[in-house]
Amino acid sequence: MINLIYLTVLLPLIGFLFNGLFGSKIKNEKVIGIIGSSTVGIAFLVTLLAFLETLNLPVENRSNTVELFTWLNVAGLNIKFAYLVDQLSLTMSLIVTGVGFLIHVYSIGYMHGDKGFWRFFSYLNLFIFAMMNLVLGDNFVVLFLGWEGVGLCSYLLIGFWYDRKFEKGTVPEAAKKAFVVNRIGDFGFLLGMFLIYYTFDSLNFSEVFNKAASFPVSEATFGMIAIFLFIGATGKSAQIPLFVWLPDAMAGPTPVSALIHAATMVTAGVYMVSRAAIIFVSAPTVMMVVAVIGLLTALMAATIGLVQNDIKKVLAYSTVSQLGYMFLAAGVGAFSASIFHVMTHAFFKALLFLGAGSVIHGMHNEQNIQRYGGLKKYMPRTYATFFVATLAITGIPGLSGFFSKDEILWYSYANGGFIFWFIGVLTAMMTAFYMFRLLSLTFYGKERFDHHHVHPHESSSVMTVPLIILAVLSVIGGYIGIPEVFSGEHGNQFHNWLEPVYAPAIAKLKTFGSHTHLEEILLMVVSVALALSAIHFAIKVYTKKPSIAENIAGRFKSIYNLLLNKYFVDEIYEAAIIQPIQKGSEKVLWKFTDNIIIDGAVNGVAKLIDTGSGFIRKIQNGVAQFYALIMMVGIAVVLLWVILTL
Amino acid sequence: MSSIPIEYFLILSAFMFVVGVAGVLIRRNAIVVFMCIELMLNSANLSLVAFSSYLGNPIGQIFVFFVMTVAAAEAAVGLAIIIAVFRNKLTVNIDEINIFKW
Repeated sequence: MINLIYLTVLLPLIGFLFNGLFGSKIKNEKVIGIIGSSTVGIAFLVTLLAFLETLNLPVENRSNTVELFTWLNVAGLNIKFAYLVDQLSLTMSLIVTGVGFLIHVYSIGYMHGDKGFWRFFSYLNLFIFAMMNLVLGDNFVVLFLGWEGVGLCSYLLIGFWYDRKFEKGTVPEAAKKAFVVNRIGDFGFLLGMFLIYYTFDSLNFSEVFNKAASFPVSEATFGMIAIFLFIGATGKSAQIPLFVWLPDAMAGPTPVSALIHAATMVTAGVYMVSRAAIIFVSAPTVMMVVAVIGLLTALMAATIGLVQNDIKKVLAYSTVSQLGYMFLAAGVGAFSASIFHVMTHAFFKALLFLGAGSVIHGMHNEQNIQRYGGLKKYMPRTYATFFVATLAITGIPGLSGFFSKDEILWYSYANGGFIFWFIGVLTAMMTAFYMFRLLSLTFYGKERFDHHHVHPHESSSVMTVPLIILAVLSVIGGYIGIPEVFSGEHGNQFHNWLEPVYAPAIAKLKTFGSHTHLEEILLMVVSVALALSAIHFAIKVYTKKPSIAENIAGRFKSIYNLLLNKYFVDEIYEAAIIQPIQKGSEKVLWKFTDNIIIDGAVNGVAKLIDTGSGFIRKIQNGVAQFYALIMMVGIAVVLLWVILTL
Repeated sequence: MSSIPIEYFLILSAFMFVVGVAGVLIRRNAIVVFMCIELMLNSANLSLVAFSSYLGNPIGQIFVFFVMTVAAAEAAVGLAIIIAVFRNKLTVNIDEINIFKW
């Protein structure tokens, strides 16, 4: 099945073409939905079989390349269209196709009755196609193909309801924002690729990484490459300073938020960083930057999440925050921990979004959590699954989020230092708080919606079954990565599985802290205790005494407003970057360069020719006699010349 | 009989030619211009005949007959054109006929 891995890319492409070309004619939602979902479902089965086959191979043979054709062959640059099937790409593929399939199925219910039903499924398939290219690509160019492809699909799907309003603007504006901000990151990524080709004379992963491990390349060069790649990652994975697009991406339909803006696409940056681990560890300064940016993003997004009132916005900032965790892990050299968190996060965050979608669906498109309340009895299955996901993201022991988050916190302590751990735990506390705030305001307490107009109801089983499957995964997903402390001599299974991919990078890492198990357990207990206290506080405030929340908000009015307005980052960008560019474009580029210089040059040439020809035109007066005169003068001149030269 | 030196013929021929050219360039009446063209042709004929007699070679005279024949045909065509132009423009004044342009 490893050799058939291209099917996982081809099938979604076929689904995209079929639904895209014939979807508007078919009009039957069942046919479209089944085609759209089954292509991804089969892709998942193929990936699963390839995974099982790889698992049976001896460890040293687990990295296989499937070559399809030569893509580019120009003057020494030979790019093959090839897929790399190894531990890392298989893990990512399983997440993408598995979670993707569930979300496709869920969308059949969620998008029921939408006039763009067929369009939605063709875009989703296109997204899976691009994402699979991204994770399976054997070189930076195929990765970049997928990278741009997912950006395009993200744009198309955020702007799916292109005729609707979104917050202060419109949906297409949110889509454009996402696209443009992503392009800034992509530009950095492209520069990184150029520099890689310039330095290593290749873009193939194995060649580049082998050379990176052995070539005498200066740390400054590695630093440049790594920082450019990381800029690309900050764009795609919504890190400081390019995170601003992700909250606005919530303008898209909720399954899109779950699939693209929580589970898969936004983790592309994490995947890329961990794929290029050897380059990053060769530049310790950049590693530090990655860790610090991740940490700051995690903290900042979590603080914003504390006060947001839109159910999807809370989840969006939570996603940004969790992505920050992943970069923190990558930054301290715990690459397998970051991929582990990518996986568990895909389960519980997709579940949270889909659950939110179910709530929104049942509440007639109401998204403000202040107008929910007491939905537990109306939506028992949504509530149960949402509750499981909330426990998982909070890091309650025994659920998937606990294992991955704790591993990250542990490595940030062991490799980074106390301050990393401390801010990480602080963020975890806030995560626990805002998630339980969300849960309480939505499902517990008084019913704050208008009973005459809103009749909450549970969603159909096509939507709730994926929720239940994801809930099961959110619970058990962590057990493949039980830390060494508990599992004993076998160590962390997930870590062992990915270990060969990172072996060269880990070998190059200078410090890989080793501390006692006692410390690890102690830190674990502390972080769990803090999370539990935050949960207790959140439930108490938001179900029993809502007045406390108002009191706190009133007392710290300025901080509350700062958080509610997301640190005014959008406004700062608007004033510091967008306005100057817009004004500069208008005043300098348009009114001066274009209107005066370029138009002036073009019109000037025309004017010159017009004036010149005004004189010359008079020669052709149409009188035969004048022509004869000219002829005669010409003959006379020629004769004179002949006579004089003889 | 003492023959007239060839220079005389050539000077007369040149004079006739210049008169013809000047007439073509200066005169406004199409008929007069036309006559001036005939004058130029005949000046050429004159020098052909003169050289023929000077060199004792009759080919020049035969050539002149051909020229006169062609000139007659040309006169017929030319006059026909002038008549056609007059019918259209009601004038044969050539500086009023400026149709030789795009």
